[in-house]
Amino acid sequence: MSDLPTVPAAPAEAAMPRRAGGRVRVTGTDRIFLTLMVAVPTIMVVCWVWLPAIASVVLSFARWSGVGGLDTIQWIGTENYKNVFTNYPPFAPALRHNLVWLVFLFVLPTLFGMLLAVLLDRELRGTRFYQTAMFLPVVLSLALIGFIWQLIYSRDQGLLNAVLHTQIDWYGDSRWNLWAVLVAAGWKHAGYIMLLYLAGLKGVDPSLREAAAVDGASPAKTFFSVVFPVMRPINIIIIVVTVIESLRAFDIVWVINKGTNGLELISTLVTSNVVGEASRIGFGSALATIMLLISLVFITIFLSTVMRGERR
Amino acid sequence: MSRPRSESEYLASLVPPSLAAGVSRRGFLKGTLGAGAAVSLSSLLAACGGGDNKGGSSGSGNKEVSFGSNQSDAVPKKAYADMLAASGLTVKVNTVDHNTFQENINNYLQGNPDDVFTWFAGYRMRFFAAQGLVGDVSDVYGGLSGFSDAFKQASTGDDGKQYFVPLTTYPWAIFYRKSVWEKNGYQPPKTLDELVTLAKQMQKDGLVPIAFADKDGWPAMGTFDQLNLRINGYQFHVDLMAGKKAWDSAEVKKVFDTWRGLLPYHQPDALGRTWQEAAQSLLKKQSGMYLLGMFVGQQFPKGKEQEDLDFFAFPEIDSNIGTGAIEAPIDGFMMRADPKNEDGAKQLLKYLGTAKAENIALKADPTVIGASSEADTASYTGLQQKAVEFIGSAESIAQFLDRDTRPDFAATVMLPGIQTFLKKPDDVDGLTKSLESQKKSIFTS
Repeated sequence: MSDLPTVPAAPAEAAMPRRAGGRVRVTGTDRIFLTLMVAVPTIMVVCWVWLPAIASVVLSFARWSGVGGLDTIQWIGTENYKNVFTNYPPFAPALRHNLVWLVFLFVLPTLFGMLLAVLLDRELRGTRFYQTAMFLPVVLSLALIGFIWQLIYSRDQGLLNAVLHTQIDWYGDSRWNLWAVLVAAGWKHAGYIMLLYLAGLKGVDPSLREAAAVDGASPAKTFFSVVFPVMRPINIIIIVVTVIESLRAFDIVWVINKGTNGLELISTLVTSNVVGEASRIGFGSALATIMLLISLVFITIFLSTVMRGERR
Repeated sequence: MSRPRSESEYLASLVPPSLAAGVSRRGFLKGTLGAGAAVSLSSLLAACGGGDNKGGSSGSGNKEVSFGSNQSDAVPKKAYADMLAASGLTVKVNTVDHNTFQENINNYLQGNPDDVFTWFAGYRMRFFAAQGLVGDVSDVYGGLSGFSDAFKQASTGDDGKQYFVPLTTYPWAIFYRKSVWEKNGYQPPKTLDELVTLAKQMQKDGLVPIAFADKDGWPAMGTFDQLNLRINGYQFHVDLMAGKKAWDSAEVKKVFDTWRGLLPYHQPDALGRTWQEAAQSLLKKQSGMYLLGMFVGQQFPKGKEQEDLDFFAFPEIDSNIGTGAIEAPIDGFMMRADPKNEDGAKQLLKYLGTAKAENIALKADPTVIGASSEADTASYTGLQQKAVEFIGSAESIAQFLDRDTRPDFAATVMLPGIQTFLKKPDDVDGLTKSLESQKKSIFTS
């Protein structure tokens, strides 16, 4: 979300010097054009990102059913937060599941995706085929992936139970379903990371590797001591992508059972409290604010790392 | 919730509601990191827009009545179209997907709702009536005949006025296949002990005694309701739903304890199964009975299979309480607080409250019965006729847990609460304590 403002604004900045060519002469049409270029994205970001985010934080201190005017809002201080932490049994599992999601994506699919990228970069035979096969899940929506894996996980007709000769309800049994969903989500994530990393590897100057080879470095040593450090920007992007993916995990769980019974995530709790007839707007906003704060921690770390890197 | 509207109407409504309607909330959720932020925006905008919209309802020369329908499946949709066509009025129908309609009801009612729309009796009706979001239809109701006192009570708001016109209803009971029971010589149990004996016999005969599913979180609420009505009676149930009785009381603990005693006879792994799958096991003669609403019949092919379906009331647990209380949710219609065409809306409601309208609607779904006693029962199946008798002889009628209590309590406390119980049935004390403490936090407003 943080990259929203910079993307549309960039062309406006870039247009200035090229057009003026040293002498800054901005005609009337340019002025209007530039104003629009800056104003429209700014308004959009303010309306759709900042105002709702601030409203969410403000409403998290209120009790409001969403019915009736704004005058029906009761201000109740931090009671919603107190309730979230002490009086809402699904919250603790949801937080835990989000963390498990994050750690799992890092440990398995992300590293696996990077490994695949390194292998594919070595121009094996049929590399295009592997590339396509691994990337295929990425173009599917997570909701659809949930359905596809249903065929494998189904209790009575599923492939997995047929192979293992078990009768486990992979999506329904809360002992297994989080891991079952993580495998399905990881299937997609690995392909995504592979593609990002492969693109990065292709951009590494081949002379670096040649130099390393001349110096007698083994392929493993070349990768860890030469290629990996050069890939720093890509590595940061991969960390950010993985964090974002695990925090916004929502759709796959929602299509399975709306985030109940062992698949609670903070995002699904927000939805089931705010959307629908329930309309615990204040309580749901408190959950959303907690999610925002967690995201901010990661965004801050990311931004400070990037900025420090640029200053160097 | 993009609803087809004429352009002039679209322009007349201010930007915020259309903005809120145009942006799919779920789409927003998927795409944004600060998910909650986006949702709050659309809620806020819709809420603000609501006030603006209510002013523009002066179109009196308009003969058309708009009708908001949640009947999105093909068969009932057609039946509703036929029913509305026979009203003699010009009715513009806006059909919205069933679940979407329910999820968006708050925004819908505060935005630009249709003059007449489908809804449910019970707390969910009274809540909107108390908020002034739906119109008083007492004068229409006074002119209707054929509704029993129980229906009138279910259509009445907290202020004693009627806000709801019933159309159909269906009972919750224990359903079974006659052919299976005849073959094995089973008799409908009259008491809880008989039910347990029967269940044990079924296990010996290789059947799952009680089909069970709670993937969607609500079907198991029906089991709680039945047990509570039998153990503690109707009045306690109503008070409990209204937040007046404690969830950590001995009465409620007894309900969960009794349920735990019955769990070994329920189909295992219920949390991963939908009610449709559980109904299929009844259809395939793998399970002996199923506690569900009469809509279980939708999973049975019309004709011979549906004719094979029968039911009995949940057996007696306490002889002082008896079996007089049943559960039969009522579906029907409400009117917008300030309809664009009030005369037309009331005329339409008057028509919808007649047996004529019910007869057309009933053709689509043989698993419901007409709410009016004047509905034509000649074409009813055996099951429907039994349901008429069952509901007619009931002493008191509850709606359903999620229709009798606050929606926020049902959805965010009871739904996960009952699922937790099914996973860990032994910790009743911890569960009821948590339910009560969450109830207190919700029922304060």
